[in-house]
Amino acid sequence: MALLEVRAVTKVYGLLRALDGVDLTVEAGTFHGLIGPNGSGKSTLLKSIAGAHYATTGSVTFAGTDITTAPPYQRSRLGLSLKFQITAVLGELSVYDNVLLALQSTESRFALLASRSRKRLHGEVMHALERFNLADRADDLAAELSHGEQQWLEIAMALAPRPKLLLLDEPTGGMSPEERRITGELLAPIKSECALIIVEHDLDFIKNICDRLTVLDQGRVLGDGSVAEIERDARVQEIYTSRV
Amino acid sequence: MSVATSAASAPAKGSPKPWPILPMIELATLAALVATPFVLANRPELITLMTNILILSLLAVSFDLCWGFSGIMSYGQALFFGVAGYVIALVGRDLEFSQMWATLPLAMLVGGLLAAGLAAFLLLGRKTPTSIFVAFGTLTGAYAAERLVAGWQYVGAGNGLSAIKLMSLGQYEFVEGFEFYSVALILLLIVYLVSRVIVRSQLGLVLAGMRQNEERLAFFGYRVQVFKALIFTFAGSIAGLSGALYSYHQGFTGPTNLGPGLSTTAVIYCLFGGSGTLIGPVLGTVAIELLSYVLADTDAIKQYWTVILGIVLLVVVMFQPTGLLGLVVSSRERIGSFGKRGAR
Repeated sequence: MALLEVRAVTKVYGLLRALDGVDLTVEAGTFHGLIGPNGSGKSTLLKSIAGAHYATTGSVTFAGTDITTAPPYQRSRLGLSLKFQITAVLGELSVYDNVLLALQSTESRFALLASRSRKRLHGEVMHALERFNLADRADDLAAELSHGEQQWLEIAMALAPRPKLLLLDEPTGGMSPEERRITGELLAPIKSECALIIVEHDLDFIKNICDRLTVLDQGRVLGDGSVAEIERDARVQEIYTSRV
Repeated sequence: MSVATSAASAPAKGSPKPWPILPMIELATLAALVATPFVLANRPELITLMTNILILSLLAVSFDLCWGFSGIMSYGQALFFGVAGYVIALVGRDLEFSQMWATLPLAMLVGGLLAAGLAAFLLLGRKTPTSIFVAFGTLTGAYAAERLVAGWQYVGAGNGLSAIKLMSLGQYEFVEGFEFYSVALILLLIVYLVSRVIVRSQLGLVLAGMRQNEERLAFFGYRVQVFKALIFTFAGSIAGLSGALYSYHQGFTGPTNLGPGLSTTAVIYCLFGGSGTLIGPVLGTVAIELLSYVLADTDAIKQYWTVILGIVLLVVVMFQPTGLLGLVVSSRERIGSFGKRGAR
Protein backbone atom coordinates (compact mmCIF):
# COMPACT_ATOMS: atom_id res chain seq x y z
CA MET A 1 0.00 0.00 0.00
CA ALA A 2 1.28 3.45 -0.91
CA LEU A 3 2.11 5.87 1.91
CA LEU A 4 0.03 8.65 0.38
CA GLU A 5 -2.78 8.36 -2.10
CA VAL A 6 -4.46 11.45 -3.51
CA ARG A 7 -7.48 10.56 -5.59
CA ALA A 8 -9.39 12.91 -7.93
CA VAL A 9 -8.79 15.92 -5.71
CA THR A 10 -10.44 19.13 -6.78
CA LYS A 11 -10.07 22.49 -5.07
CA VAL A 12 -12.37 25.29 -6.13
CA TYR A 13 -12.05 28.95 -5.09
CA GLY A 14 -15.13 30.72 -6.37
CA LEU A 15 -14.87 30.45 -10.17
CA LEU A 16 -11.28 29.20 -10.10
CA ARG A 17 -10.52 25.48 -10.19
CA ALA A 18 -7.08 25.48 -8.61
CA LEU A 19 -6.97 21.67 -8.68
CA ASP A 20 -8.97 19.61 -11.12
CA GLY A 21 -9.11 15.87 -10.50
CA VAL A 22 -5.52 15.43 -9.34
CA ASP A 23 -4.16 11.95 -8.59
CA LEU A 24 -0.88 11.43 -6.78
CA THR A 25 0.74 8.38 -5.23
CA VAL A 26 3.81 8.53 -3.02
CA GLU A 27 5.58 5.40 -1.85
CA ALA A 28 7.43 5.21 1.47
CA GLY A 29 11.11 6.16 1.22
CA THR A 30 10.82 8.08 -2.05
CA PHE A 31 11.49 11.71 -2.84
CA HIS A 32 8.71 13.08 -4.99
CA GLY A 33 8.91 16.44 -6.73
CA LEU A 34 5.98 18.62 -7.73
CA ILE A 35 6.81 20.92 -10.58
CA GLY A 36 4.91 23.16 -12.92
CA PRO A 37 4.52 26.80 -13.93
CA ASN A 38 3.34 29.48 -11.49
CA GLY A 39 -0.34 29.00 -10.65
CA SER A 40 -0.34 25.37 -11.72
CA GLY A 41 -1.63 24.21 -8.29
CA LYS A 42 1.54 22.85 -6.67
CA SER A 43 1.21 24.69 -3.36
CA THR A 44 -2.57 24.17 -3.36
CA LEU A 45 -2.04 20.43 -3.65
CA LEU A 46 0.56 20.47 -0.88
CA LYS A 47 -1.84 22.41 1.36
CA SER A 48 -4.64 19.94 0.64
CA ILE A 49 -2.34 17.14 1.77
CA ALA A 50 -1.13 19.02 4.86
CA GLY A 51 -4.60 20.19 5.92
CA ALA A 52 -4.09 23.92 5.50
CA HIS A 53 -7.32 23.70 3.55
CA TYR A 54 -9.63 20.90 2.55
CA ALA A 55 -10.18 19.46 -0.91
CA THR A 56 -13.53 20.42 -2.42
CA THR A 57 -13.97 16.86 -3.77
CA GLY A 58 -11.79 13.76 -3.91
CA SER A 59 -9.91 11.97 -1.17
CA VAL A 60 -6.54 12.00 0.56
CA THR A 61 -5.41 8.80 2.27
CA PHE A 62 -2.26 8.71 4.37
CA ALA A 63 -0.82 5.52 5.86
CA GLY A 64 -4.15 3.82 5.32
CA THR A 65 -6.22 6.54 7.01
CA ASP A 66 -8.59 8.83 5.15
CA ILE A 67 -7.43 12.34 6.13
CA THR A 68 -9.44 14.30 3.56
CA THR A 69 -11.18 16.37 6.25
CA ALA A 70 -8.81 15.79 9.17
CA PRO A 71 -7.50 18.96 10.87
CA PRO A 72 -3.75 19.66 10.69
CA TYR A 73 -3.00 18.45 14.22
CA GLN A 74 -4.44 14.99 13.41
CA ARG A 75 -2.44 14.76 10.19
CA SER A 76 0.69 15.75 12.09
CA ARG A 77 0.09 13.03 14.68
CA LEU A 78 -0.24 10.46 11.89
CA GLY A 79 3.24 11.40 10.67
CA LEU A 80 2.77 14.25 8.20
CA SER A 81 5.03 17.24 8.57
CA LEU A 82 5.05 20.51 6.66
CA LYS A 83 7.59 23.22 6.00
CA PHE A 84 5.78 26.37 4.96
CA GLN A 85 6.56 28.27 1.77
CA ILE A 86 7.04 31.47 3.75
CA THR A 87 9.44 30.83 6.59
CA ALA A 88 7.44 30.30 9.77
CA VAL A 89 10.05 29.96 12.49
CA LEU A 90 9.06 31.53 15.80
CA GLY A 91 11.36 34.53 15.81
CA GLU A 92 10.92 35.56 19.44
CA LEU A 93 11.96 32.12 20.68
CA SER A 94 15.42 30.65 20.75
CA VAL A 95 16.54 28.28 18.02
CA TYR A 96 16.60 25.53 20.67
CA ASP A 97 13.02 26.25 21.82
CA ASN A 98 11.76 26.21 18.22
CA VAL A 99 12.91 22.62 17.85
CA LEU A 100 11.79 21.66 21.36
CA LEU A 101 8.34 22.96 20.50
CA ALA A 102 8.25 20.71 17.44
CA LEU A 103 9.35 17.70 19.48
CA GLN A 104 7.15 18.03 22.56
CA SER A 105 3.79 18.14 20.76
CA THR A 106 2.92 14.56 21.71
CA GLU A 107 3.44 15.19 25.44
CA SER A 108 0.36 15.42 27.64
CA ARG A 109 -0.62 18.85 28.95
CA PHE A 110 0.24 17.82 32.50
CA ALA A 111 3.68 16.62 31.39
CA LEU A 112 4.20 19.96 29.68
CA LEU A 113 3.10 21.83 32.80
CA ALA A 114 5.51 19.79 34.90
CA SER A 115 8.25 20.37 32.27
CA ARG A 116 9.04 16.67 32.46
CA SER A 117 10.34 16.14 28.98
CA ARG A 118 12.82 18.96 28.40
CA LYS A 119 15.76 17.02 29.77
CA ARG A 120 14.73 13.82 27.99
CA LEU A 121 14.33 15.60 24.65
CA HIS A 122 17.60 17.53 24.91
CA GLY A 123 19.56 14.95 22.90
CA GLU A 124 16.99 14.91 20.11
CA VAL A 125 16.89 18.71 19.96
CA MET A 126 20.66 18.93 19.65
CA HIS A 127 20.76 16.13 17.07
CA ALA A 128 18.19 17.98 14.94
CA LEU A 129 20.23 21.18 15.20
CA GLU A 130 23.58 19.48 14.54
CA ARG A 131 22.47 17.86 11.30
CA PHE A 132 21.55 21.31 9.97
CA ASN A 133 24.66 23.00 11.34
CA LEU A 134 22.71 25.07 13.83
CA ALA A 135 23.95 23.63 17.12
CA ASP A 136 26.17 26.61 17.85
CA ARG A 137 23.21 28.94 17.31
CA ALA A 138 20.96 27.06 19.77
CA ASP A 139 20.68 29.93 22.24
CA ASP A 140 20.20 32.66 19.64
CA LEU A 141 16.78 33.96 18.81
CA ALA A 142 15.40 32.44 15.62
CA ALA A 143 14.86 35.96 14.29
CA GLU A 144 18.64 36.51 14.47
CA LEU A 145 19.36 33.76 11.93
CA SER A 146 19.99 34.54 8.28
CA HIS A 147 17.22 33.70 5.81
CA GLY A 148 18.95 30.52 4.71
CA GLU A 149 19.51 29.43 8.30
CA GLN A 150 15.86 30.09 9.10
CA GLN A 151 14.90 27.79 6.20
CA TRP A 152 17.19 25.10 7.59
CA LEU A 153 15.80 25.59 11.07
CA GLU A 154 12.32 25.11 9.73
CA ILE A 155 13.32 21.91 7.94
CA ALA A 156 14.99 20.75 11.17
CA MET A 157 11.76 21.49 13.05
CA ALA A 158 9.67 19.63 10.48
CA LEU A 159 11.99 16.62 10.60
CA ALA A 160 12.55 16.49 14.35
CA PRO A 161 9.34 14.57 15.24
CA ARG A 162 10.45 11.80 12.77
CA PRO A 163 7.56 12.14 10.30
CA LYS A 164 6.68 9.45 7.76
CA LEU A 165 6.19 12.08 5.08
CA LEU A 166 7.76 15.52 4.92
CA LEU A 167 6.17 18.21 2.76
CA LEU A 168 8.56 20.95 1.69
CA ASP A 169 7.17 24.02 -0.03
CA GLU A 170 9.99 25.82 -1.83
CA PRO A 171 12.71 25.07 0.73
CA THR A 172 15.36 26.96 -1.22
CA GLY A 173 13.26 30.07 -1.86
CA GLY A 174 15.40 33.19 -1.39
CA MET A 175 18.61 31.17 -0.91
CA SER A 176 21.93 31.85 -2.57
CA PRO A 177 23.29 29.18 -4.99
CA GLU A 178 25.73 28.07 -2.30
CA GLU A 179 22.94 27.72 0.27
CA ARG A 180 20.89 25.72 -2.27
CA ARG A 181 23.77 23.34 -2.79
CA ILE A 182 24.12 22.86 0.96
CA THR A 183 20.37 22.33 1.32
CA GLY A 184 20.52 19.54 -1.25
CA GLU A 185 23.33 17.89 0.70
CA LEU A 186 21.40 18.26 3.94
CA LEU A 187 18.25 16.70 2.53
CA ALA A 188 19.83 13.70 0.79
CA PRO A 189 20.45 11.62 3.97
CA ILE A 190 16.83 11.83 5.17
CA LYS A 191 15.72 9.40 2.46
CA SER A 192 16.37 6.54 4.85
CA GLU A 193 14.00 8.13 7.40
CA CYS A 194 10.96 9.39 5.55
CA ALA A 195 9.35 10.11 2.21
CA LEU A 196 9.41 13.62 0.82
CA ILE A 197 7.18 15.74 -1.38
CA ILE A 198 8.92 18.85 -2.51
CA VAL A 199 7.62 21.86 -4.41
CA GLU A 200 10.46 23.78 -6.00
CA HIS A 201 11.05 26.13 -8.92
CA ASP A 202 14.72 25.24 -9.27
CA LEU A 203 14.51 22.32 -11.70
CA ASP A 204 18.17 21.36 -11.39
CA PHE A 205 17.82 21.17 -7.63
CA ILE A 206 14.68 19.05 -7.75
CA LYS A 207 16.03 16.70 -10.47
CA ASN A 208 19.11 16.03 -8.38
CA ILE A 209 17.31 14.90 -5.25
CA CYS A 210 13.98 13.42 -6.44
CA ASP A 211 13.17 9.88 -7.59
CA ARG A 212 9.87 10.79 -9.19
CA LEU A 213 8.26 13.93 -10.52
CA THR A 214 4.68 14.99 -11.01
CA VAL A 215 4.09 17.88 -13.38
CA LEU A 216 1.05 20.07 -12.81
CA ASP A 217 -0.39 22.54 -15.27
CA GLN A 218 -3.56 24.56 -14.73
CA GLY A 219 -4.59 22.37 -11.83
CA ARG A 220 -4.22 19.08 -13.73
CA VAL A 221 -1.56 16.38 -13.79
CA LEU A 222 0.36 16.76 -17.01
CA GLY A 223 2.86 14.01 -16.38
CA ASP A 224 4.03 11.62 -13.70
CA GLY A 225 7.07 9.37 -13.69
CA SER A 226 10.76 9.04 -13.03
CA VAL A 227 12.99 12.07 -13.56
CA ALA A 228 14.26 10.60 -16.85
CA GLU A 229 10.73 9.91 -18.10
CA ILE A 230 9.56 13.40 -17.29
CA GLU A 231 12.59 14.93 -18.96
CA ARG A 232 11.71 13.07 -22.16
CA ASP A 233 8.02 14.04 -22.03
CA ALA A 234 7.29 16.36 -24.94
CA ARG A 235 4.32 18.02 -23.23
CA VAL A 236 6.45 18.92 -20.23
CA GLN A 237 9.18 20.31 -22.44
CA GLU A 238 6.57 22.36 -24.23
CA ILE A 239 5.23 24.09 -21.11
CA TYR A 240 8.72 24.71 -19.78
CA THR A 241 10.07 26.09 -23.03
CA SER A 242 7.01 28.13 -23.97
CA ARG A 243 5.88 29.51 -20.62
CA VAL A 244 8.66 29.37 -18.05
CA MET B 1 27.70 14.79 7.61
CA SER B 2 30.23 17.40 6.70
CA VAL B 3 28.68 20.42 5.14
CA ALA B 4 30.21 23.84 5.29
CA THR B 5 28.11 26.35 7.13
CA SER B 6 27.08 29.30 5.04
CA ALA B 7 28.40 32.33 6.80
CA ALA B 8 28.06 34.84 4.03
CA SER B 9 24.57 35.98 4.89
CA ALA B 10 24.62 35.22 8.60
CA PRO B 11 24.36 38.17 10.96
CA ALA B 12 26.64 38.56 13.93
CA LYS B 13 26.10 35.71 16.32
CA GLY B 14 23.54 35.98 19.11
CA SER B 15 22.93 38.74 21.55
CA PRO B 16 24.72 38.60 24.89
CA LYS B 17 22.87 36.99 27.78
CA PRO B 18 20.75 39.73 29.33
CA TRP B 19 21.11 40.82 32.94
CA PRO B 20 18.11 39.38 34.83
CA ILE B 21 16.17 42.50 35.71
CA LEU B 22 12.70 40.98 35.89
CA PRO B 23 13.28 38.88 39.04
CA MET B 24 14.72 41.96 40.78
CA ILE B 25 11.63 43.98 39.87
CA GLU B 26 9.43 41.15 41.14
CA LEU B 27 11.28 40.97 44.45
CA ALA B 28 11.30 44.76 44.86
CA THR B 29 7.55 44.88 44.18
CA LEU B 30 6.91 42.11 46.70
CA ALA B 31 9.03 43.89 49.32
CA ALA B 32 7.22 47.17 48.70
CA LEU B 33 3.79 45.50 48.93
CA VAL B 34 4.74 43.71 52.16
CA ALA B 35 6.03 46.98 53.66
CA THR B 36 3.04 49.06 52.51
CA PRO B 37 0.63 48.47 55.44
CA PHE B 38 3.41 49.14 57.96
CA VAL B 39 4.54 52.32 56.23
CA LEU B 40 0.93 53.49 55.85
CA ALA B 41 -0.17 52.41 59.32
CA ASN B 42 -1.46 55.92 60.06
CA ARG B 43 -3.22 56.31 56.70
CA PRO B 44 -6.05 53.74 56.72
CA GLU B 45 -7.62 55.28 53.60
CA LEU B 46 -4.42 54.52 51.70
CA ILE B 47 -4.37 50.93 52.94
CA THR B 48 -7.92 50.62 51.61
CA LEU B 49 -6.75 52.07 48.27
CA MET B 50 -3.80 49.66 48.16
CA THR B 51 -6.09 46.72 48.96
CA ASN B 52 -8.24 47.69 45.98
CA ILE B 53 -5.11 47.86 43.86
CA LEU B 54 -4.03 44.35 44.89
CA ILE B 55 -7.48 42.99 44.05
CA LEU B 56 -7.56 44.74 40.67
CA SER B 57 -4.03 43.45 40.01
CA LEU B 58 -5.49 39.96 40.01
CA LEU B 59 -7.85 41.05 37.23
CA ALA B 60 -4.93 42.58 35.31
CA VAL B 61 -2.85 39.38 35.69
CA SER B 62 -5.79 37.35 34.39
CA PHE B 63 -5.88 39.51 31.26
CA ASP B 64 -2.11 39.21 30.85
CA LEU B 65 -2.38 35.42 30.83
CA CYS B 66 -4.86 35.72 27.98
CA TRP B 67 -3.28 38.41 25.85
CA GLY B 68 0.32 38.81 26.96
CA PHE B 69 1.12 35.12 27.03
CA SER B 70 -1.44 33.39 24.83
CA GLY B 71 -2.54 35.93 22.23
CA ILE B 72 -6.23 35.78 23.26
CA MET B 73 -7.65 39.30 23.06
CA SER B 74 -10.23 39.13 25.84
CA TYR B 75 -12.29 42.26 26.24
CA GLY B 76 -14.53 40.47 28.68
CA GLN B 77 -12.46 39.77 31.79
CA ALA B 78 -14.87 41.90 33.84
CA LEU B 79 -17.66 39.47 32.95
CA PHE B 80 -16.05 36.74 35.07
CA PHE B 81 -15.04 39.31 37.70
CA GLY B 82 -18.52 40.80 37.96
CA VAL B 83 -20.58 37.62 37.86
CA ALA B 84 -18.45 36.04 40.60
CA GLY B 85 -18.88 39.24 42.63
CA TYR B 86 -22.66 39.01 42.24
CA VAL B 87 -22.69 35.31 43.14
CA ILE B 88 -20.90 35.79 46.46
CA ALA B 89 -23.11 38.80 47.21
CA LEU B 90 -26.22 36.67 46.60
CA VAL B 91 -24.83 33.78 48.63
CA GLY B 92 -24.29 36.24 51.48
CA ARG B 93 -27.74 37.79 51.13
CA ASP B 94 -29.86 34.70 50.48
CA LEU B 95 -27.92 32.02 52.35
CA GLU B 96 -26.25 34.28 54.92
CA PHE B 97 -22.99 32.53 54.17
CA SER B 98 -19.66 34.25 53.56
CA GLN B 99 -16.97 31.83 54.75
CA MET B 100 -14.00 32.57 52.52
CA TRP B 101 -12.81 28.94 52.43
CA ALA B 102 -15.96 28.16 50.44
CA THR B 103 -16.98 31.40 48.76
CA LEU B 104 -13.61 32.25 47.22
CA PRO B 105 -13.26 28.81 45.56
CA LEU B 106 -16.91 29.17 44.52
CA ALA B 107 -16.06 32.49 42.87
CA MET B 108 -13.14 30.86 41.06
CA LEU B 109 -15.42 28.05 39.94
CA VAL B 110 -18.02 30.50 38.67
CA GLY B 111 -15.41 32.57 36.80
CA GLY B 112 -13.77 29.43 35.39
CA LEU B 113 -17.02 27.80 34.27
CA LEU B 114 -18.25 31.00 32.68
CA ALA B 115 -14.95 31.38 30.83
CA ALA B 116 -15.04 27.72 29.78
CA GLY B 117 -18.55 28.22 28.39
CA LEU B 118 -17.50 31.32 26.48
CA ALA B 119 -14.36 29.52 25.25
CA ALA B 120 -16.46 26.63 23.96
CA PHE B 121 -18.45 29.10 21.91
CA LEU B 122 -15.65 31.43 20.80
CA LEU B 123 -12.57 29.23 20.59
CA LEU B 124 -13.55 25.61 20.01
CA GLY B 125 -15.41 25.87 16.72
CA ARG B 126 -14.27 23.98 13.63
CA LYS B 127 -12.75 27.08 12.10
CA THR B 128 -9.87 28.87 13.79
CA PRO B 129 -11.30 32.10 15.24
CA THR B 130 -9.62 35.39 14.46
CA SER B 131 -8.44 37.74 17.23
CA ILE B 132 -11.11 40.23 16.20
CA PHE B 133 -13.83 37.58 16.53
CA VAL B 134 -12.64 36.70 20.04
CA ALA B 135 -12.28 40.38 21.03
CA PHE B 136 -15.79 41.25 19.86
CA GLY B 137 -17.23 38.02 21.29
CA THR B 138 -15.86 38.68 24.76
CA LEU B 139 -16.76 42.38 24.57
CA THR B 140 -20.31 41.53 23.55
CA GLY B 141 -20.56 39.00 26.38
CA ALA B 142 -19.55 41.63 28.92
CA TYR B 143 -21.87 44.24 27.45
CA ALA B 144 -24.84 41.86 27.31
CA ALA B 145 -24.26 40.80 30.92
CA GLU B 146 -24.10 44.41 32.08
CA ARG B 147 -27.38 45.24 30.34
CA LEU B 148 -29.02 42.06 31.65
CA VAL B 149 -28.05 42.73 35.25
CA ALA B 150 -28.99 46.41 35.02
CA GLY B 151 -32.58 45.39 34.31
CA TRP B 152 -32.89 42.41 36.67
CA GLN B 153 -34.63 43.29 39.95
CA TYR B 154 -33.55 40.11 41.75
CA VAL B 155 -29.95 41.29 41.60
CA GLY B 156 -30.75 44.91 42.39
CA ALA B 157 -31.04 46.07 38.76
CA GLY B 158 -29.20 49.35 38.13
CA ASN B 159 -28.62 49.93 41.86
CA GLY B 160 -26.63 46.72 42.26
CA LEU B 161 -26.31 44.90 45.56
CA SER B 162 -25.10 46.75 48.64
CA ALA B 163 -24.35 45.88 52.26
CA ILE B 164 -22.74 42.63 51.14
CA LYS B 165 -22.13 40.29 54.04
CA LEU B 166 -18.55 40.62 55.26
CA MET B 167 -16.07 37.95 54.22
CA SER B 168 -15.42 35.70 57.18
CA LEU B 169 -13.19 32.89 58.38
CA GLY B 170 -14.79 31.07 61.28
CA GLN B 171 -16.03 33.78 63.61
CA TYR B 172 -13.62 36.39 62.25
CA GLU B 173 -15.00 38.96 59.84
CA PHE B 174 -12.71 40.87 57.48
CA VAL B 175 -13.27 44.61 57.28
CA GLU B 176 -11.16 47.12 55.38
CA GLY B 177 -7.64 47.46 56.71
CA PHE B 178 -4.54 45.47 57.48
CA GLU B 179 -6.20 42.03 57.62
CA PHE B 180 -8.03 42.37 54.32
CA TYR B 181 -4.87 43.77 52.74
CA SER B 182 -2.94 40.74 53.98
CA VAL B 183 -5.48 38.30 52.54
CA ALA B 184 -5.43 40.11 49.19
CA LEU B 185 -1.62 40.14 49.12
CA ILE B 186 -1.32 36.45 49.98
CA LEU B 187 -3.85 35.50 47.31
CA LEU B 188 -2.14 37.71 44.72
CA LEU B 189 1.18 36.10 45.60
CA ILE B 190 -0.24 32.58 45.24
CA VAL B 191 -1.93 33.39 41.91
CA TYR B 192 1.24 35.11 40.70
CA LEU B 193 3.48 32.17 41.59
CA VAL B 194 1.14 29.61 40.01
CA SER B 195 0.88 31.74 36.86
CA ARG B 196 4.65 32.12 36.80
CA VAL B 197 5.13 28.36 36.97
CA ILE B 198 2.70 27.92 34.07
CA VAL B 199 4.21 30.53 31.76
CA ARG B 200 7.78 29.40 32.45
CA SER B 201 7.02 25.70 31.92
CA GLN B 202 7.05 23.76 28.66
CA LEU B 203 3.32 24.52 28.55
CA GLY B 204 4.31 28.20 28.61
CA LEU B 205 6.52 27.49 25.59
CA VAL B 206 3.42 26.26 23.76
CA LEU B 207 1.60 29.46 24.74
CA ALA B 208 4.52 31.60 23.55
CA GLY B 209 4.58 29.74 20.23
CA MET B 210 0.81 30.03 19.92
CA ARG B 211 0.97 33.77 20.47
CA GLN B 212 3.43 34.15 17.60
CA ASN B 213 2.05 31.74 15.01
CA GLU B 214 -0.77 29.43 15.99
CA GLU B 215 -0.99 27.90 12.50
CA ARG B 216 2.61 26.73 12.81
CA LEU B 217 1.77 25.02 16.10
CA ALA B 218 -1.27 23.28 14.63
CA PHE B 219 1.04 21.74 12.01
CA PHE B 220 3.29 20.49 14.81
CA GLY B 221 0.32 18.52 16.15
CA TYR B 222 -0.93 20.85 18.89
CA ARG B 223 -4.65 21.35 19.43
CA VAL B 224 -4.11 25.07 19.70
CA GLN B 225 -7.70 26.02 20.48
CA VAL B 226 -7.82 23.57 23.40
CA PHE B 227 -4.70 25.18 24.90
CA LYS B 228 -6.35 28.56 24.43
CA ALA B 229 -9.56 27.40 26.06
CA LEU B 230 -7.64 26.03 29.05
CA ILE B 231 -5.67 29.20 29.70
CA PHE B 232 -8.79 31.32 29.12
CA THR B 233 -10.64 29.22 31.71
CA PHE B 234 -7.80 29.54 34.21
CA ALA B 235 -7.70 33.29 33.65
CA GLY B 236 -11.48 33.40 34.12
CA SER B 237 -11.17 31.72 37.51
CA ILE B 238 -8.58 34.31 38.59
CA ALA B 239 -10.89 37.11 37.45
CA GLY B 240 -13.66 35.43 39.46
CA LEU B 241 -11.50 35.40 42.58
CA SER B 242 -10.69 39.05 42.00
CA GLY B 243 -14.38 39.92 41.60
CA ALA B 244 -15.34 38.18 44.83
CA LEU B 245 -12.64 39.96 46.83
CA TYR B 246 -13.66 43.26 45.25
CA SER B 247 -17.30 42.82 46.21
CA TYR B 248 -16.41 41.84 49.77
CA HIS B 249 -14.00 44.74 50.08
CA GLN B 250 -16.32 47.35 48.61
CA GLY B 251 -19.42 45.93 50.31
CA PHE B 252 -21.15 46.61 47.02
CA THR B 253 -21.37 45.34 43.49
CA GLY B 254 -23.15 46.79 40.49
CA PRO B 255 -23.64 46.35 36.74
CA THR B 256 -20.49 48.33 35.84
CA ASN B 257 -18.41 45.64 37.58
CA LEU B 258 -19.13 43.22 34.74
CA GLY B 259 -19.19 45.49 31.72
CA PRO B 260 -16.86 46.65 28.95
CA GLY B 261 -15.67 49.64 31.02
CA LEU B 262 -13.88 47.57 33.65
CA SER B 263 -12.79 45.04 31.01
CA THR B 264 -11.07 47.85 29.11
CA THR B 265 -9.52 49.14 32.33
CA ALA B 266 -7.94 45.69 32.82
CA VAL B 267 -6.52 45.90 29.29
CA ILE B 268 -5.06 49.31 30.06
CA TYR B 269 -3.52 48.17 33.38
CA CYS B 270 -1.77 45.42 31.46
CA LEU B 271 -0.61 47.41 28.43
CA PHE B 272 0.51 50.33 30.60
CA GLY B 273 2.67 48.16 32.86
CA GLY B 274 3.90 45.81 30.14
CA SER B 275 2.06 42.76 28.84
CA GLY B 276 3.61 39.31 28.83
CA THR B 277 5.51 39.88 32.07
CA LEU B 278 2.98 39.16 34.87
CA ILE B 279 4.61 41.81 37.05
CA GLY B 280 3.90 44.52 34.45
CA PRO B 281 0.12 44.37 34.94
CA VAL B 282 0.59 44.58 38.72
CA LEU B 283 2.79 47.66 38.36
CA GLY B 284 0.41 49.08 35.74
CA THR B 285 -2.49 48.75 38.16
CA VAL B 286 -0.48 50.38 40.95
CA ALA B 287 0.66 53.24 38.68
CA ILE B 288 -2.75 54.00 37.17
CA GLU B 289 -4.70 53.77 40.41
CA LEU B 290 -2.18 55.86 42.36
CA LEU B 291 -2.03 58.41 39.55
CA SER B 292 -5.83 58.56 39.49
CA TYR B 293 -5.91 59.04 43.27
CA VAL B 294 -3.32 61.83 43.23
CA LEU B 295 -4.81 63.64 40.24
CA ALA B 296 -8.36 63.41 41.58
CA ASP B 297 -7.20 64.85 44.89
CA THR B 298 -5.21 67.78 43.48
CA ASP B 299 -7.33 70.94 43.57
CA ALA B 300 -5.74 72.63 40.56
CA ILE B 301 -6.52 69.76 38.18
CA LYS B 302 -9.40 68.05 39.92
CA GLN B 303 -11.76 68.78 37.04
CA TYR B 304 -9.41 67.62 34.31
CA TRP B 305 -7.69 64.64 35.88
CA THR B 306 -9.47 62.03 33.79
CA VAL B 307 -8.41 63.88 30.62
CA ILE B 308 -4.80 64.08 31.80
CA LEU B 309 -4.83 60.40 32.75
CA GLY B 310 -6.30 59.51 29.36
CA ILE B 311 -3.54 61.41 27.55
CA VAL B 312 -0.82 59.77 29.65
CA LEU B 313 -2.24 56.31 28.87
CA LEU B 314 -2.55 57.12 25.19
CA VAL B 315 1.07 58.27 24.99
CA VAL B 316 2.36 55.13 26.73
CA VAL B 317 0.28 52.71 24.67
CA MET B 318 1.16 54.46 21.38
CA PHE B 319 4.84 55.12 21.88
CA GLN B 320 5.83 52.41 24.34
CA PRO B 321 3.93 49.28 23.23
CA THR B 322 5.89 47.09 25.62
CA GLY B 323 4.65 49.23 28.50
CA LEU B 324 6.64 50.80 31.30
CA LEU B 325 8.56 47.59 31.93
CA GLY B 326 9.73 47.60 28.32
CA LEU B 327 11.89 50.61 29.24
CA VAL B 328 14.09 48.46 31.47
CA VAL B 329 13.42 44.83 30.50
CA SER B 330 14.70 43.49 27.17
CA SER B 331 12.40 41.57 24.83
CA ARG B 332 14.69 38.57 25.26
CA GLU B 333 14.20 38.56 29.01
CA ARG B 334 10.48 39.23 28.68
CA ILE B 335 10.04 36.13 26.51
CA GLY B 336 12.24 34.19 28.94
CA SER B 337 13.14 30.53 28.97
CA PHE B 338 10.93 27.51 29.47
CA GLY B 339 11.19 24.30 31.43
CA LYS B 340 13.24 23.32 34.41
CA ARG B 341 16.23 25.44 35.22
CA GLY B 342 19.48 23.62 34.57
CA ALA B 343 17.80 20.91 32.54
CA ARG B 344 20.06 21.66 29.61
